[in-house]
Amino acid sequence: MSFPESLHAAYDVIVIGAGPAGLAAAATTAEAGLRTLLVDENSAPGGQIYRAITTSPLKNSSILGKDYEAGNDLVHTFEKSGADRLAGCTVWSLDRERVVGLSCGGEARLIKAERVIIATGAMERPFPIPGWTLPGVMTIGAGQTLLKSSGLIPSGRLALAGQGPLLWLYAAQILRAGGHIAAIFDTTPLANYISAAPHLPGFVFSPYWIKGLGLIREVKRVVKIVTGVTRLEAQGKNKLQTLVWEAGSRTGSIDLDVLMLHQGVVPHVNLAMAAGIKHEWDDIQLCFRPVLDESGNSSIKGIMIAGDGAGIGGAESAAERGRLAAIDTVANLRPDALAQIPSRDNVRNRLAQTMRGRAFLDHLYRPSKVFRIPQDASTIVCRCEEITAGEIRASIAIGATGPNQLKAYRRTGMGPCQGRLCGLTVTELMADERGKSPEEIGYYRLRSPVKPISLAELASIPQDETAIKAVVRG
Amino acid sequence: MQTADVIIVGGGIHGCSTALHLALRGLKPILIEKDYAGRHASGVNAGGVRQLMRHIAEIPLSIRSMDIWEKIQDLVEDDCGFDSHGQVLVAEDESELAPMRDRVAELNLRGFNHEELIDAKELRRLVPAVAESCPGGVVSRRDGAANPAQTTTAFRRMAERRGARIIEGVRVDTVKRDGGHWYVTAGSEVYSAPVLVNAAGAWGGKLAAMLGEPVPLEVVAPMLMITSRVPTFIKPVVILRGRKLSFKQFENGTVMIGGGYLGRAYPDTNETDLDWTQLKNNARTVWDLFPIMREATIVRAWAGIEAKMPDDIPVLGPSRKHDGLFHQFGFSLHGFQLGPGTGDTMAELIATGKTNISLEAFRPDRFETADIGDKHEH
Repeated sequence: MSFPESLHAAYDVIVIGAGPAGLAAAATTAEAGLRTLLVDENSAPGGQIYRAITTSPLKNSSILGKDYEAGNDLVHTFEKSGADRLAGCTVWSLDRERVVGLSCGGEARLIKAERVIIATGAMERPFPIPGWTLPGVMTIGAGQTLLKSSGLIPSGRLALAGQGPLLWLYAAQILRAGGHIAAIFDTTPLANYISAAPHLPGFVFSPYWIKGLGLIREVKRVVKIVTGVTRLEAQGKNKLQTLVWEAGSRTGSIDLDVLMLHQGVVPHVNLAMAAGIKHEWDDIQLCFRPVLDESGNSSIKGIMIAGDGAGIGGAESAAERGRLAAIDTVANLRPDALAQIPSRDNVRNRLAQTMRGRAFLDHLYRPSKVFRIPQDASTIVCRCEEITAGEIRASIAIGATGPNQLKAYRRTGMGPCQGRLCGLTVTELMADERGKSPEEIGYYRLRSPVKPISLAELASIPQDETAIKAVVRG
Repeated sequence: MQTADVIIVGGGIHGCSTALHLALRGLKPILIEKDYAGRHASGVNAGGVRQLMRHIAEIPLSIRSMDIWEKIQDLVEDDCGFDSHGQVLVAEDESELAPMRDRVAELNLRGFNHEELIDAKELRRLVPAVAESCPGGVVSRRDGAANPAQTTTAFRRMAERRGARIIEGVRVDTVKRDGGHWYVTAGSEVYSAPVLVNAAGAWGGKLAAMLGEPVPLEVVAPMLMITSRVPTFIKPVVILRGRKLSFKQFENGTVMIGGGYLGRAYPDTNETDLDWTQLKNNARTVWDLFPIMREATIVRAWAGIEAKMPDDIPVLGPSRKHDGLFHQFGFSLHGFQLGPGTGDTMAELIATGKTNISLEAFRPDRFETADIGDKHEH
């Protein structure tokens, strides 16, 4: 795939990410007549939650569940909206002038928009246990990607460890697809049941209540569950062989071929941070999230964030937040078209409904400190540079005060993953070690390119705007 | 109130080096840094340790610095990541080689022998991957590169161990002179000393203006890029002058690409924006010159906030306005290598009242005939 000839040199709106928030936002601005471009690095729309919704080989919809099918409506509405879509296209840069750096099929372009809506969603929280870098240990998110796009379930002896709605959903999907799970190690801290209890009423009236309990029951009928897990260690010579676990005073070990880890998702902040958008620490969700107004406007004029990238809210709320951002965009760029799209009040009400029960989930699945901040000195934190928790603590002892200075000492966060796999761990570890809050310690200063771009692609950027037009319009 | 012998404003390589050398001479300096040592240009520059192609006036400082670089471990108990594989200026064609020939001849006449003219054969031996069409260049064999953040941090740490006080995260609010003493208010504290050093880098112009000695300093944001690992193919740092490029491969195989292309600087908020329309030109030059790099990937890019003077040499030495005030800023994108020797020279000047190194070319009042402020518009 390369840039199509129909691509314009500038757009009213560029939406980044084709998950529920991006699909809903782009469809809404395009319906209002704004020249809209939706960019996504996958070849098919859907994002993570509706990954491969149009292409999945799993024809039996009962495996992935009814919620997954909801993605079809979003895709159909988007396809009728008249928005342009660039699939298989990487966004590697965004600046405060709203110039978006794109690469596609070995070429790169810089395209400007009046509004940019970032809908890059969530990523899995790092889960740095001893041995988490061994082959055979992977994340549940990666496992689910394989399931949705290729219909693959892990072969060999499998265990899941961690906590959160995705763990139970994936476990149920594996079982429905005919897979077998040797055991699930539930790391939900027992104290969380108490701190979450006050939020239970809201949850009982949410759709998650029935669905969630049903999933857990479905899994528990056939899989051995160890609850209250307080320590996990993956062992093996060149690949995973054994998982050693502790749950309070109980201990045990299990031989495994595959261990899948998951302890919730956090906003994917790399592009927003690289653009210079202000973020703050969320002490309930334990992550950085952008500072936004009710519509999703960030600290940079003309750049908005919608969906889980704005703070974790789930797929249904992501679509509503995408619409809310789009409505604000239309109100600013083409107010006379507001009548053609859903009203702000309706969307706001639906958003409130979808957010019911969220506080309960946030408190219940707030991961334990022992699984966020590695206690063993030998546990690897930065996978790219193979830096351990002990090495980071040693650097703090000789003067590294925050993640950005740590780069100079240990090169943490400077590898190809750009800190995605270690950023939160480094911030929380340094905060803990120095007796400061994560807000005070801060995060890596991120920069474009947020995704690698080849020298050839960079050199291929047309000379100036007129050249861009000349090339694009042939 | 806290008293000291010298107050240094700015915790870059220059401020930290001056603090260390003052402490080594038995003086008590206090260094005040608004962020943390090495936060800006000193920590994020290309790390070039270069005598090659320096302004004539800077050469004595550069040589004094080189002598320190070669024994850097002894001074700061850290190797600073310094390696010495030389720096090579490549001529892309004969028209670029001619002025290089003249320059080396002029340096030789003045008694400087660190730059050597090389022919195509020696160029190919030093830099085998360079395009066949390049007819020669200039090499400075003792030059090399170091890790800038590691170096600045090492100077900071050793200055503190030798008795300097380093105060980070505190911005200087006001500076007053009274009865032969400077009174510097920073945060909730007042610091006092008979001597003040302005080593505030990109913010040095603001401080100089506050002290009634304005200079036409431009705040700029030079950009750098790092590639993914490629097979080792080049040892020296390579620079071009016609088209802007500096090029350095690290031991881990990654390659740093720079050359002084400028992004946008926001010194009030410590932010910078990259300008990819400029970095594209940088990439294009590498594409042309080093075919081996064509498959490489850019994995990181960044910019630092730096001071640039109209004549591209620093403001350095005693103030012409106040006793007990010294300037050490405006190094115009090439101050890193000068840090060690300039700190030594400044400490000598402050402690003994004199130095053998001529600082005449760096006088703060050299711009007075020019229309100051003009440059700020660019």
